[in-house]
Amino acid sequence: MTSTPEQSIPTGDTDPMRTSVPAARGTAVIEVRDIGKRYGNIIALSDVSTSVRAGEVTCVLGDNGAGKSTFIKILAGAHEHSDGQLLIDGDAITLSSPRAALELGIATVYQDLAVVPLMPVWRNFFLGSEITKGFGPFKKLDVDEMKRITKSELSAMGIDLRDVEQPIGTLSGGERQCVAIARAVYFGARVLILDEPTAALGVKQSGVVLKYIAKARDRGLGVVFITHNPHHAYPVGDRFMLLRRGKSMGDFPKSEMTLEELTSMMAGGAELESLAHELEKTMGADSTIAQEMKADVT
Amino acid sequence: MTTATVTDERIARTSTVTKLLKRPEIGALVAAVVIFVFFAATTSVFATAPGASTWLRGASTIGIMAVAVALLMIGGEFDLSAGAMTGFTGLVVGVLTTEYGLNIWAAILVSLALALLVGFINGVLVMKTGLPSFIVTLGTFFVLQGIDLAGTKALIGQVAIQGMSDVPFYDSAKKVFGSAADIGGGLVYASVFWWIAVTAVATWILLRTRTGNWIFSVGGQQTAARQIGVPVFKTKVGLFMTTAGAGWLVGMLLLFTTSTVQSNTGVGQEFIYIICAVVGGCLMTGGYGSAIGAALGALIYGMVNQGIVYSGWDNNWLKAFLGVMLLGAVLLNEWVRKRAETSR
Repeated sequence: MTSTPEQSIPTGDTDPMRTSVPAARGTAVIEVRDIGKRYGNIIALSDVSTSVRAGEVTCVLGDNGAGKSTFIKILAGAHEHSDGQLLIDGDAITLSSPRAALELGIATVYQDLAVVPLMPVWRNFFLGSEITKGFGPFKKLDVDEMKRITKSELSAMGIDLRDVEQPIGTLSGGERQCVAIARAVYFGARVLILDEPTAALGVKQSGVVLKYIAKARDRGLGVVFITHNPHHAYPVGDRFMLLRRGKSMGDFPKSEMTLEELTSMMAGGAELESLAHELEKTMGADSTIAQEMKADVT
Repeated sequence: MTTATVTDERIARTSTVTKLLKRPEIGALVAAVVIFVFFAATTSVFATAPGASTWLRGASTIGIMAVAVALLMIGGEFDLSAGAMTGFTGLVVGVLTTEYGLNIWAAILVSLALALLVGFINGVLVMKTGLPSFIVTLGTFFVLQGIDLAGTKALIGQVAIQGMSDVPFYDSAKKVFGSAADIGGGLVYASVFWWIAVTAVATWILLRTRTGNWIFSVGGQQTAARQIGVPVFKTKVGLFMTTAGAGWLVGMLLLFTTSTVQSNTGVGQEFIYIICAVVGGCLMTGGYGSAIGAALGALIYGMVNQGIVYSGWDNNWLKAFLGVMLLGAVLLNEWVRKRAETSR
């Protein structure tokens, strides 16, 4: 988003690695060590550690009020952290603004605020970083070039649009998220922070978004995927960091975690188990809900 | 996966007609043609060169303002001070030259600077306070109206500028703002050429420049625009200054075409500009519209205004007609917006 279009526009075909210079797969782009955030005497977040690696998806899971948004605001540069260390490419720094984060290649896609619904897809794609040609007062938008790039970038991400001239509001919620993701990728993001991208979507559309998260990962980006749904996180995630009441419940690589464990940790294991027992008692042991619940926690 | 080209075999089916129907100004274009044909058929003078000269002149000054107001509305804001501004700028030039003997071109520049300042204040107030522009510019409107009436009376002791044509270099300014060319037996006033130029430039800016992209985005979804790095503050303040600048231009055109200006010039016109913009396809909620549409809206206004006179009807029917046009246009626009915003 911050790169000047003149520099980032290729002359030839669209090589996915062109706009960004991604670190080798698996190297940590962002590392947080015991990071915390205090607002006056309120501790919103404390002792959180995890890493975001190139070509991997780090999932941040937690219920409402667990501190997910505080955490991503620190990564996105919207808030400065007050404790611990934030390392980007190995250097401890403090992000002072979203722009500073963008300049380091950290792009954030917010759930509802990603696009302008009445504007055509291609105008949305290049909004704020339009390509122009000509000089002085006759400098004008290079419409054909922007349409071409939009179309090819989207199809590289697997989004196949009939017409990039249609208002982006005519796309489904999932597709809109995907356009925002593709845009961040194109403008040189190395790390993509996705704030609850599947929260407002149906099952099928969530699947579409998950597919693009995997695509972005395969292009060598580090992805931070914030969600409260373990079933969305597990298939695409490489690393899971769970938050609960502002504290980290641990940071696990996928090899140390099964979906069942993840779900049960998310729901607060013990609490859920007692709920399963209670349901069994009140609804009978063979009620479907009780059975499912039991299957989930054990 | 399809090949990465803009042309796609599946969009070949959209015909030119369908494409045309998607333009925001199409409703205004159809209405303008119908109204022209109607008055041309029912009155004898409407379609003659002298007849057209009159309604084109009326449409032109309204049109310049409507185009500027349309840009502002696409950017998501209103300017109720736009009408009073046309009187204010004319009065500034009139008072400075006839009463204080200032060079006419210097006075014109002072007037422009004052107009831009008022536009700047409008913009900054709206952006800094977060108040609706409707309220902020309603305030500026009353302030300007008060200055126009009381200020002029206090300075020159009357409510209209007199003796404007005796001011030195008046002719050189009149050439730019108030002259007329004889084309085909009818006089075409300078304001008509200005109107065409303003519409062309505004259309160019809207559709082919970065600024245009930003105008659509700040009106459509301001938070998203800010998030992605669009300079929202600069864009909006610029729009308010543009509207004020257009008010100055129209002020000059009125002053040098009639060689006088009254204290109440332009008061009450602000809503006509908004109506023209809406008839031309602008959404009240911002983010959508067209400069050509607003110009067509003004053309409709000019034609009906004069057509009613030529037909010998009561002039006040114009108001009723405007109301009907406005309601019809708003309903049409809302329908278009819903179609554009919902998933297919």
